[in-house]
Amino acid sequence: MALDKNGIAKRIAQELKNGWYVNLGIGIPTLVANYIPEGIDVEFQSENGILGMGPFPFEGEEDPDLINAGKQTVTLRAGASLFDSATSFAMIRGQHVQLTVLGAMEVSQNGNIANWKIPGKMVKGMGGAMDLVASAENIIVAMMHTNKAGESKILKECTLPLTGVGCVKKVVTEIAVLEIKDGKFHLIERAPGVSVQEIIDKTEGELIVPDSVPEMKI
Amino acid sequence: MNKVVKNVEQALKGVSHGMTIMLGGFGLCGIPENSIAHLVKLGVKNLTCISNNAGVDDFGLGLLLQTKQIKKMISSYVGENDEFERQMLSGELEVELIPQGSLAERCRAGGAGIPAFFTPAGYGTEVAEGKEVRIFNGKPHILEEALYADFAIVKAWKGDTEGNLIFKGTARNFNPMMAMAGKITIAEVEELVPAGELDPNFIHTPGIFVQRIFQGEKFEKRIEQRTVRQK
Repeated sequence: MALDKNGIAKRIAQELKNGWYVNLGIGIPTLVANYIPEGIDVEFQSENGILGMGPFPFEGEEDPDLINAGKQTVTLRAGASLFDSATSFAMIRGQHVQLTVLGAMEVSQNGNIANWKIPGKMVKGMGGAMDLVASAENIIVAMMHTNKAGESKILKECTLPLTGVGCVKKVVTEIAVLEIKDGKFHLIERAPGVSVQEIIDKTEGELIVPDSVPEMKI
Repeated sequence: MNKVVKNVEQALKGVSHGMTIMLGGFGLCGIPENSIAHLVKLGVKNLTCISNNAGVDDFGLGLLLQTKQIKKMISSYVGENDEFERQMLSGELEVELIPQGSLAERCRAGGAGIPAFFTPAGYGTEVAEGKEVRIFNGKPHILEEALYADFAIVKAWKGDTEGNLIFKGTARNFNPMMAMAGKITIAEVEELVPAGELDPNFIHTPGIFVQRIFQGEKFEKRIEQRTVRQK
């Protein structure tokens, strides 16, 4: 069965490594913080100026001066630090942040990503996404494999305005874990109970399928 | 040097039609709300506003959009404002969207005497159109120019009569860089104290970057996304 959003977040959380600083984007990526594997110590960076971001506050303890990049009220962990936006992006651009997890509208087999604009329809802006994808060594994209009309979002070429080029290395969707290498998607894992054929059918980009594709351990 | 002005009227003296104004804040966090309210009252038009976001429909910079006082907006993310999106898609509002890190650095550069710099952000996207590309360390970068403003309006938690500022929480965001980049920088603070009361070790923005400072009358500090967990 295909994963839900929490399932995708859970699978991505398995990629976290001890000692990493991690930036989580808005949406599914935010949920990753709920599934940090036991024994793994990571710190979350929020590009509006937090290192060591904690969980949401208890009711009545919200502080309007303490929000995450999604404008949600948050808390600080012991040992947290606060800084301005230039310092925050120095951390990102300077590759001091080890992992970036973000959402996407489209991803292509050469590692391009589009997630900020639908011409003539939706213009939200790129926020920090372009800085993040241009500099992060490790980028995992959390997204749905197809759009509401059932069309693949895992493409040969992105059709929407790009956020970054040649930067995505791993994609986790509700049905599969894909790696991008040598200009192709490689099927690494499938969601429990999802057939390889379903993933092939829902992937427009070139997909390399090994003889045996293990199920995700969720 | 005493930078104190009596109130928001005095602080915004000289702001006029067609000017470029930087406004600090991330979402509704750390925005100069007293000054924004007064800009609405002044009715100055054709403004170019540089701010990470454009507020929401009825608060923050959204108020200046409702009254159509903004001609051009320079931001990184504007997703929370329907009126903004409507004005942009209909062509009434000129918009330049910039990657957030580039926006922060362009403000900092403006205040730091660096006319331009190279960054990898936006390479290969429409942000790079018309910009010089150079390879450093094997990787393409684009040339981004510094931003300047006639007025920079920032919001701080505490300030002293010398214009020294301390910010709180994530309300710091773009405020320190914008303070550096304004020809005239106005700081509205929650608490204005005499010189000597703030510990010099903990000043975020040194007073040299601030020309006018005043204590805001009231701060609503609206929360955009109230998110809590259960006890």
